Amino acid sequence: MVRLITHNLLACHVKGCNTNNFPLQFQDVQIELREADFNADFLRGFLPKIEWNALVDAARQLGDTSLPQEQPTMIDDDFLKALHHVLLEIHVEEGAMVCPNCKHVYPIASGIPNMLLAEHEIG
Amino acid sequence: MIPTPDLSHLSHKDYEHVYEPAEDTFILLDALEEDADCLKQVQPRICLEIGSGSGCVSCFVGAILGHTSLYLCTDINPHAARCTVATGVRNQIRLDAIIAPFAHPLLDRLKGSVDLLLFNPPYVPTVEEEAANAQHHADIAGAWAGGEDGMQVTNELLGLVEHLLSPTGQFYLVAVKQNDVPSIQRRMFDEHGLRSEVVLERRAGVEHLFVIKFFRGCPPTKQVIEFCH
Repeated sequence: MVRLITHNLLACHVKGCNTNNFPLQFQDVQIELREADFNADFLRGFLPKIEWNALVDAARQLGDTSLPQEQPTMIDDDFLKALHHVLLEIHVEEGAMVCPNCKHVYPIASGIPNMLLAEHEIG
Repeated sequence: MIPTPDLSHLSHKDYEHVYEPAEDTFILLDALEEDADCLKQVQPRICLEIGSGSGCVSCFVGAILGHTSLYLCTDINPHAARCTVATGVRNQIRLDAIIAPFAHPLLDRLKGSVDLLLFNPPYVPTVEEEAANAQHHADIAGAWAGGEDGMQVTNELLGLVEHLLSPTGQFYLVAVKQNDVPSIQRRMFDEHGLRSEVVLERRAGVEHLFVIKFFRGCPPTKQVIEFCH
């Protein structure tokens, strides 16, 4: 389950790839939508940890345009519901994530991202 | 009493590749259960288990905390990552599994953000080469072969703990006597300024098991810790 909440936390970790290595770009993805329990406290608590632009861009790549380009200052229920859906209910099941800098491809199979590197890529 | 997660969906075939929960798993569950009130008080938003294997431990934490946290689980063994997800589904706890060594692809973004860090490492003393090979092959032996003094893999994580922990973050580590628990505690304080305490210890067969909890020494943590005792 590569949910966008996880995608928002993953960066390329190839040796020497230290700039422009986040966010990873989705490629050839298949997505599934699955309901998750709504928890406003969790969302409010998690909000400061989110890289907003990365989240909005990732959601748009996957065809969801419900989030505003700028992070709103007023947190209302409608916003939290949209955030809940984007962060927790969109699952990337198959495909890959590609580093915008070094182009390393991290495959996603059965919803699990494979972030392992070859021996020579390890820092 | 928090029930042990349901693992009945895992078969002998799974346990050929993935570590089957044993005494070292259960002492960690017991330690977490003992600290349950304290863990809830901290209100973790990000839990991270390194080497999640069957997913038993993260599911147990999920049962304590509910849907108030993100549960990230890394494992270098793809089979383990699949078992972790399956165990989450079985127990209705959403576990986000990532096939990765330690927290490497998460280090940039999780700096100072992990509220609960868990590691039941391969702690069995073996020859160094055996541990390195086991990690390389990312299969069942990687779940126990710990190299000389059993600390080869643990040492690599210990260097990352301070970077990952949030201001009120706590790190639970399973160890055995041969790992030299007092020396681990001293080193974490001297090199990283992290305080610690042994939460539980018990003998199980030939093993003398410990669960050590590490935390920052700053005032907010102190209040939380005092609340616990």
